[in-house]
Amino acid sequence: MDVLKSMFKSNVRQYGMIVALVAITVLFQIMTDGILLKPLNVTNIIQQYSFILVLAIGMVMVIITGHIDLSVGSVAAFVGAVAAVMMVDYGMPFYVVIVLSLIIGGLVGAWQGFWIAYMKIPSFIVTLAGMLIFRGLTMDVLDGQSIAPFPKLFQKMSNGFLPDFGDGKLHTLSIVLGIGLSILTILQEIRDRRTQQKYGFDVLPLPLFYAKLVAIAAVINLFTYVLAQYKGIPFILIILFVLVVVYSFVMKKTVMGRHTYALGGNEKAAMLSGVKTKRVTFWVFVNMGVLSALSGLIFAARLNAATPKAGVNFELDAIAASFIGGASASGGIGSVMGAIIGGLVMAVMNNGMSIMGIGIDRQQVIKGLVLMLAVAFDIYNKKKNAV
Amino acid sequence: MAGEILEMRGITKTFPGVKALENVNLKVKEGEIHALCGENGAGKSTLMKVLSGVYPHGSYEGDILFKGQTCEFKDIKQSESLGIVIIHQELALIPYLSIAENIFLGNEQKRNGIIDWNETIVRTRELLATVGLNENPNTLITSLGVGKQQLVEIAKALSKKVKLLILDEPTAALNEEDSENLLKLILQLKGQGISSIIISHKLNEIAKVADSITILRDGKTIETLDMRADEVTEDRIIKGMVGRDLTQRYPERVPQIGETIFEVKNWTVYHPQHDRKVIDNVHMHIRRGEIVGIAGLMGAGRTELAMSIFGRSYGRNISGQIVKDGREVQYRSISDAIDNGVAYVTEDRKQYGLILIDDIKRNISLANLNKISRRAVVNENEEVVVSETFRKKMNIKTPSVLQKTGNLSGGNQQKVVLSKWIFSEPDILILDEPTRGIDVGAKYEIYTIINQLAAEGKGVLVISSELPEILGLCDRVYIMSEGRITGEVNRKDATQEKLMRYMTKGKGE
Repeated sequence: MDVLKSMFKSNVRQYGMIVALVAITVLFQIMTDGILLKPLNVTNIIQQYSFILVLAIGMVMVIITGHIDLSVGSVAAFVGAVAAVMMVDYGMPFYVVIVLSLIIGGLVGAWQGFWIAYMKIPSFIVTLAGMLIFRGLTMDVLDGQSIAPFPKLFQKMSNGFLPDFGDGKLHTLSIVLGIGLSILTILQEIRDRRTQQKYGFDVLPLPLFYAKLVAIAAVINLFTYVLAQYKGIPFILIILFVLVVVYSFVMKKTVMGRHTYALGGNEKAAMLSGVKTKRVTFWVFVNMGVLSALSGLIFAARLNAATPKAGVNFELDAIAASFIGGASASGGIGSVMGAIIGGLVMAVMNNGMSIMGIGIDRQQVIKGLVLMLAVAFDIYNKKKNAV
Repeated sequence: MAGEILEMRGITKTFPGVKALENVNLKVKEGEIHALCGENGAGKSTLMKVLSGVYPHGSYEGDILFKGQTCEFKDIKQSESLGIVIIHQELALIPYLSIAENIFLGNEQKRNGIIDWNETIVRTRELLATVGLNENPNTLITSLGVGKQQLVEIAKALSKKVKLLILDEPTAALNEEDSENLLKLILQLKGQGISSIIISHKLNEIAKVADSITILRDGKTIETLDMRADEVTEDRIIKGMVGRDLTQRYPERVPQIGETIFEVKNWTVYHPQHDRKVIDNVHMHIRRGEIVGIAGLMGAGRTELAMSIFGRSYGRNISGQIVKDGREVQYRSISDAIDNGVAYVTEDRKQYGLILIDDIKRNISLANLNKISRRAVVNENEEVVVSETFRKKMNIKTPSVLQKTGNLSGGNQQKVVLSKWIFSEPDILILDEPTRGIDVGAKYEIYTIINQLAAEGKGVLVISSELPEILGLCDRVYIMSEGRITGEVNRKDATQEKLMRYMTKGKGE
């Protein structure tokens, strides 16, 4: 029992977030008379908020280092615009354009990272400047007009689904993928458990472990089943899934991830322990630039147009998602999974309130309050635990 | 002689767990310069904070009499209104305000709530003339050197109609010429009837200006000497400062000293902002299995020396050679130094040593993550095993290595820091004040660990402000003063008096 208690205690924030997400989902499911979790709507939520979730992954890393990035919306718009010019005006193939766009995003990030990491200009200032600069450049590139339409295949990135085989009633491939993923996850869990036992660590008691495996399998398969009832797994979900897995792994398991947390937790101590703090900060911003570019491409593909107004307020949603997901404004604390859950909380609320016909004005107020309360809860918790 | 301007009687001040001052008495005569001497941590600054009201009445025991009146100061404002002004070691001027604005900060010359700038400027000119500073009142503080800033501080004190001026290490950051000027100014103020209390480590300066001296040791008044009546030599003062017994116990150790593994030659370092040598042509060497001490008073440059060696983490224009195992090496960055077997345990655990929001295992592994990683992927299970080993070996008292280091006691925090650096497998360990703020029992454990490290053939460099610690632990001691090595003493020849003599040796002596 002690094992359980200590495991729960050290993960209160994570579990708290999941509980909050489930509660909000159930709440809106009831208030929207079951529309929220209809297959069509679930697919919609994923496609509508994917570009925010991509940004949230990069943003939480920036926040963990103790910085902030206000420019991501403008950068996303800028890259979207450049991509549109390359694809529509110059007729370049979309895969070349995607690679070039990500490189441009990386260069933008390198520009900002240089000023922040090496010149020690506060990130708030550098990225505020970036927000203006890249918004202006977006308008320049687009000449104040929208550019459209994109090639069909490029649009698929945001609007497409995995192909299907079988009778077409239920999306078979999605179901198969769900089962495959469950098996992989279960195998991984069993392997982790074995390794931990080999090291002689405490592990979950066997019945509970089985219960956990069943729960994981149930959630995964229920989710893919819901999606399969509509058109199957959206292509964008695959991209998101890969990003989340890769970045979670980097942040949790690699030296680079450790150095990022250490830098945010205590920059001087990290530096005196041999962490190359400037280099880490620089690369975190380069990474943010690349993810902003990806977000811009996804958004442009979904809209099937690059517009001068694209990406407005994206940065605020990404920042809010990170903080709702448990990141600390003073750095050193946060997680990729948390930011994703935070982003989903916002997405479900947005979507649910829109279905209910609540005006944009009220929506903003409610979202603001949720952000406020989530962070207040966090700080209250920390005070209580700091004995 | 006139009567007493200040009398502090039976002052006792306790902090949780520590008696900082115990029944301290201090008498300052009207119109004299009174020096306050003692080792680091003897209680000088605490006493002055009691006097100026930083520690309000009620938080200490004893009485303060100023001009015969009992005083119960609740804050600095009250003591200042009577003319007791303290100038701290770290100057409290605001860099981006002008001289005039700084002098009258909190004491603005105003009419009907609006600042009268003409009056401010006129009065600033008068004050600057008094302290002999020829500057425009509108000059920003940041464009002045430290010496001139010190004069502005004194002008500020004068603007408050100071009767008793307290100077905490006024010349610590000044060069010789500026120090000379400052001392002259203090003598000149004495001529105008202003009494002063000077806290200083520089005994030659004290001998020059002070009329009497009170010596503190371990929070107690040892004696008050009259410089004019008695024949007071520097040795006499030193004897008063250090006359403490070696009461602390140190673990037994038979040193096994091998060949030289680490050498620093012609090491000179400049201050990161000012054009001032912080480390001046230092030579030193460490041998295998040897524990070498660096003694010195606050501001002698010990930490700066250590950090500049440790991957140039302090200072600029660093010149000189480092020789390790007979080969000259260059440490361009901290990770360079760590990879080449140098470890530096910082003086300030909480600010520079630990990531307090992270748990014990993450702190221990941080400096050598590669050892438990394969292709940059950290093996977290291995990490737990490593930290558990250290927890047992170092006797870190905690239920689990998942405990956040911010929740540990000082001694246990220090053991985590030491674990981190031992895990980085260094040949040379530089320990900066390794037992600061740690209780006696934990100190003994830390000494044992240090001895073990030496026994394993590592070279250990210990920086400490506690002379008994240096004498009890080290095989050989370098003494620093004003950025230079002023002496080198072997264990058998070392006495506290001898070390103190070198520690207080100024330039040009």
